[in-house]
Amino acid sequence: MTDDAKLAIAARTAQELRPGEIVNLGIGIPNLVPGLLGEGADVFLHTENGLLGVGPRPGEGEVDPDLIDAAKQPVTALPGAAYFDSADSFAMIRGGHVDVAVLGALQVSITGDIANWAVPGKDVMGVGGAMDLVVGARRVIVTMTARSSAGEPKVVVECTYPLTARAAADVVITELSVFRLRDGALVLTELLGETTVEQVRAATGAPFDVDLEDRRAA
Amino acid sequence: MAIASDGPIDPEQAVSAIRSGDTVMVGGFGLVGAPLTLIDALVETSDAEDLTIVSNNIGEPGRGLGKLLRQGRIKRGISSYFTSNPEAVAAVNAGEIDATLVPQGTFAEAIRAAGAGIAGFLTPVGAGTLLAEGKEEHIVDGVPHVLERPLHADVALVYAARGDRLGNLWYRRTARNFNPLMATAARVTIAEVGELVPAGDLDAESIHTPHLYVDELVLSR
Repeated sequence: MTDDAKLAIAARTAQELRPGEIVNLGIGIPNLVPGLLGEGADVFLHTENGLLGVGPRPGEGEVDPDLIDAAKQPVTALPGAAYFDSADSFAMIRGGHVDVAVLGALQVSITGDIANWAVPGKDVMGVGGAMDLVVGARRVIVTMTARSSAGEPKVVVECTYPLTARAAADVVITELSVFRLRDGALVLTELLGETTVEQVRAATGAPFDVDLEDRRAA
Repeated sequence: MAIASDGPIDPEQAVSAIRSGDTVMVGGFGLVGAPLTLIDALVETSDAEDLTIVSNNIGEPGRGLGKLLRQGRIKRGISSYFTSNPEAVAAVNAGEIDATLVPQGTFAEAIRAAGAGIAGFLTPVGAGTLLAEGKEEHIVDGVPHVLERPLHADVALVYAARGDRLGNLWYRRTARNFNPLMATAARVTIAEVGELVPAGDLDAESIHTPHLYVDELVLSR
């Protein structure tokens, strides 16, 4: 996928976040979101390894070895930030105190099942906080390309990869469109750029309803 | 208990508490907050083997617990994320170590539960997934939950930026992570501190781990 496509997904995701929300960002496309938040976005970023109030990447010479994010990359802490241990961090997540989790996925089903931690036969031996986040966050936004690198649609009738959680996704944002899960059913609500409904159908391995929102009126 | 007034001991002496077959908790998220001096002493001076390691990651290649892995002394790993160390993933795939993968929040809570005398807890996390296989499932208010058991250890190795001579600990920034939990969950807790201060120098309202959890103190090298 081109960096442009990733940036388009991240930019659209940034618009989903509301002032004051507590947001946990996964690795990959979600990590592009902070750079695309507009003035006055005023969201608070939570990282599972024990920090609320994640700031920008540090400049050269400003790296603190005790200050990283969940991707184990150096970050800064904003004024008003708070540190806590891992049990507290996941109590925040599991207990419904984190408003939004943004994360990537390998597959999402039409009922919102998410598969994002393991591919059979591949050397992935890590789940990290993914299962806790998709179960605990009040709103789960999946950011991913419409197709895998092998060209397979990633929105599917039933996930074939190992599940992270059932019925967990609320919003799915790809480079082509935005889907929302409404009453347990997948609905196409927005086309990105010049995309047509037919193009989304061609890139999606499952049926879906169409109820396009006029975002200009929003 | 509290540390005896004789203060810190050598890391080599401290890790001699670890016996073959023991379960050892090791703090840190990756290498941040990992007790690297204690790990080095375990690697260089202990001959304990067949160890079960409870740590969020198994170090990185040749760094932290990655050194112990290369020595073939880890029999089993209980972690949320082995992928940080490709050599650990290779060892699992080659059947050289057993891997138990646990969702990170469940991992943290199971350690907390062990330290708090809780025999188990019900969490919706992982229900209906591969990671719940073999675990009891209970439906609570219509929602499937997994019964998770506590994670105990024989020895915990933790790192704190500051400690006092009694064993009170203060952690710095995101180097806190699993350390305060693990300090509560083992039969013997060995704390490596970056800086040792007299009792009374740590702000009593800012102590993260009160000294009753800590059995031995070691200074970082």
